[in-house]
Amino acid sequence: MRRLAAGMALLLAAAALLPIVGGPYALRIGMMLAMYISLASSWNLLGGMAGYPSFATAAFFGVGAYTGALLQGAGGPLPLAWAAGGVASALVAFVVGWVVLPLRGHYFAIASLAVVIVLRQIATNWTDLTGGGMGLNLPVLALGPEAQARMIYAAQAVVAVLATLVSVVVAGGRLGFSLRCIKQNETAAGMLGLNTRAAKATAFVLSGAIVGPAGAIYASSVSYIEPGDVFDILLTVEPIIMTMLGGVGTVFGPLLGAGLFLLLEQTVWASFLSVHAAVLGVLVVVLALFLPDGVLGRFRRARA
Amino acid sequence: MLAQILINGLILGGLYACIAAGFSLVWGVLNIINLLHGTLVVAGSYGAWLAWRYWGLHPLVALPLIALASAGVGAAIQAGLLNRVVAAPVLITLVVTFGLDLVANNALLLGFGADYRSIRPTWTLGTAVIGGLRIPLDRAMAASVALAMTGLLWLLLRRSWLGRAIVAVRMDADAAGMMGIRVRRVYVATFALGTGLAGAAGALLGLVFPISPLQSEAYLGTAFTVCVLGGLGSVVGAAAGGLMLGLIESVATLYFGAEYASVTSFVLLIALLAIRPDGLFGRQGFA
Repeated sequence: MRRLAAGMALLLAAAALLPIVGGPYALRIGMMLAMYISLASSWNLLGGMAGYPSFATAAFFGVGAYTGALLQGAGGPLPLAWAAGGVASALVAFVVGWVVLPLRGHYFAIASLAVVIVLRQIATNWTDLTGGGMGLNLPVLALGPEAQARMIYAAQAVVAVLATLVSVVVAGGRLGFSLRCIKQNETAAGMLGLNTRAAKATAFVLSGAIVGPAGAIYASSVSYIEPGDVFDILLTVEPIIMTMLGGVGTVFGPLLGAGLFLLLEQTVWASFLSVHAAVLGVLVVVLALFLPDGVLGRFRRARA
Repeated sequence: MLAQILINGLILGGLYACIAAGFSLVWGVLNIINLLHGTLVVAGSYGAWLAWRYWGLHPLVALPLIALASAGVGAAIQAGLLNRVVAAPVLITLVVTFGLDLVANNALLLGFGADYRSIRPTWTLGTAVIGGLRIPLDRAMAASVALAMTGLLWLLLRRSWLGRAIVAVRMDADAAGMMGIRVRRVYVATFALGTGLAGAAGALLGLVFPISPLQSEAYLGTAFTVCVLGGLGSVVGAAAGGLMLGLIESVATLYFGAEYASVTSFVLLIALLAIRPDGLFGRQGFA
């Protein structure tokens, strides 16, 4: 445990140093890593700990991105726009969760996937608010490109640290215990007096609150969003792959998986742009067939 | 006006029933949601397009070939990959079929590009006008063939040795195994039937709708919604659900406009899942 804490401290120090010593490329990679960590950790709360195969991540991301973009477009200060993205996503998670969380297994997976598609189509068709399929332009920030890159990186890093903290607290606390009980046998957990519904809803809302700001900051960083981009199904699936890579249901699995995924993305896919999705698909299949417990799980089994 | 909507809805519904029948079969028997289904439908459409473009074949003529080819692909996928994960948690099977879908869809995009193509056979039936009602006969024929294939699946499950074996495996795979049914082979046959139907449905849809890899998500969504509407794992449910969804979408197109037709069906899907996850008709035994 002490080694782990030391590792975390080292990682944090590196993250804090990056804007001072790193160039634009390092900042970009750092920003993506932070965003991936947030997405994977948030999925892991319900998907990993409770075993609920949620496909709703892209819905939270898109809602956060659009909320942040609209507020920023209306002249709101950036931190407020980003926080509002989190609040909006948490609200959506609450309402959607109320409908889909009583479902189990395949039905839950499909319902959460359908939420993404519905929200994307609403964003496409509600032209007055969102600009429809034409997308939405954000005001250019009154900063130099380098200062902007540093700020965006710092913001995503803060979200990632918060996401990890939430994971640690949840995993060690009552909520994590409830979620793990739900994974093992939800009916039995309910009969023993666990409020399974509240536990699932809390985890879902927390996921929304983490993914929303990540989406809003992403919107600020690219200064142009469109429905197909921020409600992309891949945004839902990639965090699942990262978590599976690292280790489902563990606190550090999503961190490790996000790093490995980014490494793969930068090394392998950079050279195969047109078959990006296919390579990802092959990776996913191989992963699910041969490494369902992730790298951490394999490591533990080897030690045990 | 109402009668016209009814006709449009029924034509759409017949095609939807066929899209969903194979999906429902696989879901019911293997407990696998085949996220590859939509792309297989699109691949069937491209098969029909190729047959028309290069050999001048009418999609109806090419249909048996396409069905056989996609059944072969399905058998290979099940025997090679999915049989390893049949009993795995939901997340694993979802992820595997999603990965396969990414590969297949990417291949279609590379091969054909994202722009829409359409099949215009030289032989058409034209449009019949009866008492002010316009009936597009080509579409009506496609829908009838689709319904006939769905009926064929029902007959096969009822009457044939293979069909009875599939139903037995669905009811209790362990017991079926003890009665001498080779469960793994039945899984392969079931998945091949499902993908074969997907390909055949695609060939028919190619006659009616523009073809693009981007359509796969919509077809997959349709299959889901129909299954939930009609109740999972029953051919009759898939047919009834398909016809219902067709009617609902054509009414929704009239009232909300075409761009909200699919939103309506997805909202309906979520609402139905929340209220009656086993479908409007409850759970029925297979076939």
